[in-house]
Amino acid sequence: MFAFIIRRFLFAIPIALAVAAVCFSLVHLAPGDPLTAVIPADAPAEVVIAIKEAYGMDRPLIVQFGSWIQRAVQGDLGVSVATGRPVMGDIGLALSNTLTLAFASAFIGFSGGILLGALAAFYNGTWVDKVATAVAITGVSIPHYWLGLLLVIIFSVQLDWLPSMGAGPGGSSNWRWDWAHLQHLVLPAVTMCFIPMGIVTRTVRATVSEILNSEFVVALQARGLRASRITLHVAKNAAPTVLSVMGLQFGYLLGGSILVETVFSWPGTGYLLNTAIFQRDIPLLQGIILVLAMFFVALNLLVDVLQTLMDPRIKRG
Amino acid sequence: MSALLRVQDLKKHFPIGKDLFGRPTQVVHAVESVSFDVEKGRTLGIVGESGCGKSTTARLLMHLIEPDEGRISIRGKEFGNIGGRHPVAQLRRQMQMVFQDSYASLNPRLTIEDSIAFGPQIHGVSETLARQQARDLLDRVGLNPSVFIRRYPHELSGGQRQRVNIARALAIKPEIVILDEAVSALDKSVQAQVLNLLSDLKKEFELTYLFISHDLNVVQYISDDVMVMYLGQVVESGPVAQLYENPAHPYTRALLNSVPAQTPGQSKNYIVLEGDPPNPIAPPKGCRFHPRCQFAKAICAEKEPETVKVSGSHKAACFKLPGSVDHQTYIRLQEVSHEPRG
Amino acid sequence: MNSTTQNLSAQAFATAAETAAISRGYWATVWMRLKRDKVSVACALVLLSLVLMAVFAPLLAPYDPAQGTMLKRLSAIGTTGHWLGTDELGRDMLSRLMYGGQMSLLMGLLPVFIAFLIGTSLGLVAGFFGGWWNTLIMRTTDVFFAFPAVLLAIAISGALGAGFVNAILSLTLVFIPPIARVAESVTTSVRNLDFVDAARASGANSFTIIRVHVLGNVLGPVFIYATSLVSVCMILAAGLSFLGLGVKPPVAEWGLMLNTLRQSIYVQPWISVLPGLMIFITSLCFNLLSDGLRGAMDIKR
Repeated sequence: MFAFIIRRFLFAIPIALAVAAVCFSLVHLAPGDPLTAVIPADAPAEVVIAIKEAYGMDRPLIVQFGSWIQRAVQGDLGVSVATGRPVMGDIGLALSNTLTLAFASAFIGFSGGILLGALAAFYNGTWVDKVATAVAITGVSIPHYWLGLLLVIIFSVQLDWLPSMGAGPGGSSNWRWDWAHLQHLVLPAVTMCFIPMGIVTRTVRATVSEILNSEFVVALQARGLRASRITLHVAKNAAPTVLSVMGLQFGYLLGGSILVETVFSWPGTGYLLNTAIFQRDIPLLQGIILVLAMFFVALNLLVDVLQTLMDPRIKRG
Repeated sequence: MSALLRVQDLKKHFPIGKDLFGRPTQVVHAVESVSFDVEKGRTLGIVGESGCGKSTTARLLMHLIEPDEGRISIRGKEFGNIGGRHPVAQLRRQMQMVFQDSYASLNPRLTIEDSIAFGPQIHGVSETLARQQARDLLDRVGLNPSVFIRRYPHELSGGQRQRVNIARALAIKPEIVILDEAVSALDKSVQAQVLNLLSDLKKEFELTYLFISHDLNVVQYISDDVMVMYLGQVVESGPVAQLYENPAHPYTRALLNSVPAQTPGQSKNYIVLEGDPPNPIAPPKGCRFHPRCQFAKAICAEKEPETVKVSGSHKAACFKLPGSVDHQTYIRLQEVSHEPRG
Repeated sequence: MNSTTQNLSAQAFATAAETAAISRGYWATVWMRLKRDKVSVACALVLLSLVLMAVFAPLLAPYDPAQGTMLKRLSAIGTTGHWLGTDELGRDMLSRLMYGGQMSLLMGLLPVFIAFLIGTSLGLVAGFFGGWWNTLIMRTTDVFFAFPAVLLAIAISGALGAGFVNAILSLTLVFIPPIARVAESVTTSVRNLDFVDAARASGANSFTIIRVHVLGNVLGPVFIYATSLVSVCMILAAGLSFLGLGVKPPVAEWGLMLNTLRQSIYVQPWISVLPGLMIFITSLCFNLLSDGLRGAMDIKR
């Protein structure tokens, strides 16, 4: 098991490198020159060359990649073509806002999903089960950006209960844990929690009912064990599967927040990515995707290791 | 009489486990220097506990698993994937196999007819002819073609499916058929019917069988010769009557003892087989059977006994046999007090 | 000996007579079971009518989807002549929703279909041949698995620029790795079944074994998986258009309509809800149908 964990760590390194390579090569997917945003269309040839040199884009690709990686490891992701500010600072601020939103929706979605899924499994076939199944299928079928719009229409436009734009009063982009800011968090967090809630409900329902039907639980019941003890047994056995699903879902919340952040003008990475795309700000685009993907790689690693530690049956030697 | 099938020094090791760098940490000694001859028209039974390498031997013969070492020849022609040998494709025209799991060995998406007609079509028989032959063979294995051809495997019973598998093997018109635990999964009554069918088919098509089973009664019933395997090695072989009447190797004796007596109340001189077979990952040094053998002496843990003649074609590998080079050494040694390890 | 076989034949006959039900192939059985599932039938009918509506939009739509009247901008739902109202440019919503189905359905189905073809092929090769092929293909998919699907689609689309072809391309790339992974794991388990060994023992080469024995057993599970991706793809495709990365105006597409109507939520909130509702209904039906199909195809021995 120990060897597996070490190998899993080592295995993450080439993945991380390959991910970085994909992020880097995104520039070259783009039609035209990545510097069109800064070079005026009628610029003379020597100006174009000078700008290219300034951004280091006159060197061979592999050299560019090497130095990009080298600087990225040190936390330098270059300078935004649009604003001229270091990319890393903007991303750091945005990431903290995205994480706040992701944690909030993960909290609502996971607790709701576990509760619904467990209820559905314990009361298999009853109306509780049907409601849970309906929530699950709705959660995975609903376009969350539309759900966000719907919530804005109901709670902001019609009822005027909650704000719909930004992370704080007056379009502030600095998150603080106070009532004014929390109000801004409610709608986007609820919007985003539906997908993880649906998927966690589904997973918990399937895992728990499988365990409940397994012979060892039937044996426990036959021995007259109290319900609370059985619940503990079930929870212990369902935990590894559910945990790995939740880990993945948290990653998707980080990476998939772009649409919801756009709907609510939430100043996170998704919103920043949207800006980067439309300003064709390639260093910013690369930087955001790299940071989010690295988060996801690390998260996957963490989930795998935790799952191995928790589940004695997995002996990936 | 020269052998139809000759197998010499067949060997297969499987690497398992992975260390930090993905290298195998351990090796399973699945088949170790297995040699035997089978004469035309005879049935060789191969017996042993599960994990002794019987089934691996079968798959090695068919080249479903590539052997590490060894020669497989039919009528003196050597087959293999190494240069200079006759191609494996030719071997598979002369030798066919029936597997234990009658369900897993039939494609669930194909009808019975398609499954049987598949092989001949590979060898260039026209589809019409292959289908006609499939019907004839179904009839021959005791399944009414008009009822069964359009059926799917899940609609058949285990016995019926195994008849289909036999028909499928025969469709290639092989000389040798390997039956790998082919009746083991069937009910006793069905087993008897299929065994009778196999005897009938053998006469009709002049077949030669390799009959692999852990069931000693069944092997005794169907075989002419028997070969006993233990942890990937042949420990004893010979004509069925001699081997069953007069087993030379302690393992064979123990195996035969474990079979319920045919006549109730008949006394047996008990040799008990204790514990599970040792792990083929780390086979014991010397004679592989020595940790479970009640006749084991010091030499058995150090030296591997060679195969010696018992009488006629009856052979075994044990220091207890007078023919063994180290027999005298063995005799002089004190018996070690035997504490079974397991 | 003859009497034995005759006996056996008679016995086989008896067994056969007992199970005299008409022998049915796998897909026929699946179809029978699916037809008995009310939810699946309902979803299939809804989807069928959506497809028909989109295909025959030129015949059915009351107005030109691109032609608007400025005077009638943002008419409410229920307005005479425009039963579902008009959008921010005064174009008829009903007509635009009908036409919008063309693009939205195409963008939901086409990427998954292409990814199904490519992913299954890759998974078959990786699973069947194993070894070096497996390492090459599966390690490459691992790299793509390191990106959340939404992020990957948006990143590729963002880099390539907006447009129908680019959106299809990026969505296809997103769905190839998961399909390849499922196809690989199914192929690996099928390859280890005895009937594949039996086919090899018959002398068949790898290509024939894949074609006759492996493909038929792999396609089913991979197909079910692919159908479950259609709804994800629909939502993602409309999401790309919603961000302005999909089709360009004035093409009618549900995601893009949602984007442009977003500005009007303070004037006519419920009109802006309509395109999203269409996406939701379609994606829900695909999901339920996929679940029904999974149930129908789960036939025990």
